[in-house]
Amino acid sequence: MSRYTSATPDDRAEMLAAIGVASVDDLFEQIPGRLRLGRPLELPAGMSEAEVYERLAALAGRNVDAEEQVSFLGAGMYDHYVPAIVDAITSRSEFLTPYTPYQPEISQGGLQVMFEFQTAMSELTGLPVSNAGLYEGPSSVASAGYLAMGATKRRKFVVSRGVHPHSRETLATYSVGYGAEVVEVGLEGGVTDSAALAAAVDDETAAVIMQSPNFLGAVEDVEALGAAAKEHGALLVVACDPMTLGILKPPGECGADIAIGEGQPLGNRLDFGGPSFGFFCATEAQIRRMPGRIAGETEDVDGRRGFVLALQTREQHIRREKATNNICTAQALNALGAMVHLAWLGREGFRELGELLVRRTAYARERLAAVEGVELLHDEPVVREFAVRLDAPVDRVLDRVAERGIAAGYPLGRDYEEFEDGLLVAVTERRTPEQIDGLAEALGAAIAAERGANVADSATTAPQGAVA
Amino acid sequence: MTPLAEAPMQRERATTIYEKSKTGRRAAVLPDAGVPETPIEDLIPANLLRSDPPNLPEVAEPEIVRHYNRLSRRNFDLDSGFYPLGSCTMKHNPRLNERVAALPGHARLHPAQDPRRAQGALELMYLLQQSLSEICGLPGVSLQPSAGSHGELAGLLLTRAYHADRGETRSKVLAPDTAHGTNPASVTMAGYEVVKVATNERGGVDMDDLRAKIAAEGPDQIASLMLTNPNTLGLFDENIEEIAALIHEAGGTLYYDGANLNAIMGRTRPGDMGFDIVHLNLHKSFSQPHGGGGPGAGPIAVSSRIEPFLPRPQVVRKDAENGHGPSFDLDFDRPRSIGRLRGFQGNFGVFVRSYAYILSLGADGLTEASETAVLNANYLKARLAEGRAGERLPIAFDRHCMHEFVLSGRPMKNELGLATLDLAKRLLDFGFHPPTVYFPLLVDEALMVEPTETETKESLDAFADAIEEILAEAESDPEAAKNAPYSTPVRRLDEVRATRKPVVRQSFDAPAAAAATGEADFNDATSPSGGSDA
Repeated sequence: MSRYTSATPDDRAEMLAAIGVASVDDLFEQIPGRLRLGRPLELPAGMSEAEVYERLAALAGRNVDAEEQVSFLGAGMYDHYVPAIVDAITSRSEFLTPYTPYQPEISQGGLQVMFEFQTAMSELTGLPVSNAGLYEGPSSVASAGYLAMGATKRRKFVVSRGVHPHSRETLATYSVGYGAEVVEVGLEGGVTDSAALAAAVDDETAAVIMQSPNFLGAVEDVEALGAAAKEHGALLVVACDPMTLGILKPPGECGADIAIGEGQPLGNRLDFGGPSFGFFCATEAQIRRMPGRIAGETEDVDGRRGFVLALQTREQHIRREKATNNICTAQALNALGAMVHLAWLGREGFRELGELLVRRTAYARERLAAVEGVELLHDEPVVREFAVRLDAPVDRVLDRVAERGIAAGYPLGRDYEEFEDGLLVAVTERRTPEQIDGLAEALGAAIAAERGANVADSATTAPQGAVA
Repeated sequence: MTPLAEAPMQRERATTIYEKSKTGRRAAVLPDAGVPETPIEDLIPANLLRSDPPNLPEVAEPEIVRHYNRLSRRNFDLDSGFYPLGSCTMKHNPRLNERVAALPGHARLHPAQDPRRAQGALELMYLLQQSLSEICGLPGVSLQPSAGSHGELAGLLLTRAYHADRGETRSKVLAPDTAHGTNPASVTMAGYEVVKVATNERGGVDMDDLRAKIAAEGPDQIASLMLTNPNTLGLFDENIEEIAALIHEAGGTLYYDGANLNAIMGRTRPGDMGFDIVHLNLHKSFSQPHGGGGPGAGPIAVSSRIEPFLPRPQVVRKDAENGHGPSFDLDFDRPRSIGRLRGFQGNFGVFVRSYAYILSLGADGLTEASETAVLNANYLKARLAEGRAGERLPIAFDRHCMHEFVLSGRPMKNELGLATLDLAKRLLDFGFHPPTVYFPLLVDEALMVEPTETETKESLDAFADAIEEILAEAESDPEAAKNAPYSTPVRRLDEVRATRKPVVRQSFDAPAAAAATGEADFNDATSPSGGSDA
């Protein structure tokens, strides 16, 4: 018997007799002989639970995580504090181990969570309809594009370069499949170039896609930028950070037809990038084109309130090639984590957290801007992330700061050739003013050292200062 | 049957967290900002600010915990009972995997961490890639796709890139009529047209129809064939080599929907069958918990001719140098790649769990898992061929099955007036999750049963006994099942109403937030449920 199975030799004998075969091999006779593997898989032998734990713990130990490093990394995923009740509730078997609620009578818990989650996301984004979640942020942007194509019968997207680079790349990947053209509009002073945007949008445009706060942390004037979409009958798609929606004007109030985004900041771990969830909210006009599961309220035969999967006629298991999207398994457990986190924060706490982020981030921005060799990349309003320019090689500065146990931020040069000297710094409620002071000091020291090393380099031509 | 007195759980009417809210209550206590309390309007212009905060609930922590614990008890779950949902592989979810996924080195690792400071994570991904490569018999693996349907889309985009690279444009993708719903839906999203292929009397691909469809569409239009093997009838397609030859001769790629991989691990490999692209559902064969509908992950394994087009970034291993051990990195420099399918590196937390599962079972254990899954399915099939079930619920294709099998409820419906849906609902009262129902579509009143290897013989016997009892009950009292369930928190729900006049969020003020727009839609209660989960 291998791990997690229960068939004893006696069980097997009885079962084989009932089937009417002599051995399990007989059941695999339907596989043509030439295709049978005929050798063991080249994988290690099974291990005890303790050994597996030690092996995985050893691998985990070779990562530098936000527990052992003061992390100012963001760029789409953030080190927020996830309250203990999120873990307690999401680890309950009743939420952890069922599948999609196809049998609503025995899935009321999960379906009601979806309904509550949809309500919360609808409130956050200011749009009337939300689904129960998608895979994650960037693929939600691509799904929004797909919806816009279906809704407008057009095949062009105008996308701000302020949209997360991973979202833009994912949209481009999907667009090759469903046959759309992607036109990018640049940034001016940290925000979308409004004149360039207006010039790029035409009567062939299915959607204008922007992000606020954008990838550089700047809050975009969505309402003003969206006018071009309205003028040409394109849908306005806004990628947003849910954690900022306690204070920022919601996309729905700025004219957005669709609001999507990465849900990780709400109740989800960093997990090196996933699993998290994406959210997808829209105007009522789009409800029958929405991707993913949607829970709806109804009644049972005795008149009791209950919940079911609504509008399933959009979905692949019913509509097959005519489905509005191919998605099936999404991220129900991650959406539950978000809902519990939001309930824990509550109406007041959610706004307070937003204000805390704005103030701490403003403080960090001011402290860093005062450091010799650091200047702001833009001075647009920000919530919890901002961009600076360093007067020294960014990667080398990051290495020096890492030696002091700090992850200073995300090097913008990874995605933007125009910002090779750029650093994106994220501040969550876990980053104390003292840690922010420490970052300012470490950055100043690292930049000074790099400049000194450069001087030394040019004096001696000997390589110095490289830190692994 | 007269309605029973209300069970306690039925008396407790559904109340949302918003309805438990009262102004002034709260759970969270936030840290002091510790910085100047500058008015927000001085930091962000007023026209960009929100006037009213979102209506989130105001509830203290004890009530939040109680609320969600109570909700949890209104769910049936795998840890509470048998869950033979066909094509979904509801196998045990080892708790060790949750423990190792929660280690801070995994759970609090930022996805943009410099690869030099995420060596353990990258090595884990590399090792998982190697393991999946060996299990599939294909050299290239990308872990990036987020679920099965995402893997399908990836596979079709890879197919498109492969053909484009050869200067070809092809427009059609073949798929059997037994295919999961995600297959045709993915085909459309990838900009192809689906062409359905019939099923033969053995439950496999109808070879004559396949040849005819290739000829009718023109071999140079065939981009790919998507196949599940064993298919959704739980049957291994014995003609797979010939199918592969036909598709490859036409110049198409052969795509393997790995939803049913749990049948064959260590026994045969998609790569050896001739498949070019495979997606795997880590939430099926590799024990990631299903989470009420996710998260999952849908890695893809591909042949060497498809490998150059895999999504970016790829995890790569660099050989040891300068006395250091091997190192791992993210490779973005892949000029022929289809690009990204999502953010960052994929559902890493799922990778940790599935890698822990592979380590736990090892080569022998994985093979034995598949063998036991097949044994359990055939045993349950044999049990259900006895007695009343054998008469009223005949097997759709009578031969040895792999990890699942499909019954037809047509005689039951004709002779007892009991639809498959009624049987499914009555099973709820017996404490079982029903099989996938009304799928695959070519079997009338279908029930698709997948017991998995982690069930005991006793569980399988109890399930077979319950079916027998329900059928016996129906002979004397057909209304009993038709009105079932009786014991669940709610009884049969009006699904048509939820689609005609969808109420998809809590209303905080009159008028109700009913969103009724667009064409009228009907939600047939006998639509497929389960089985398409990818």
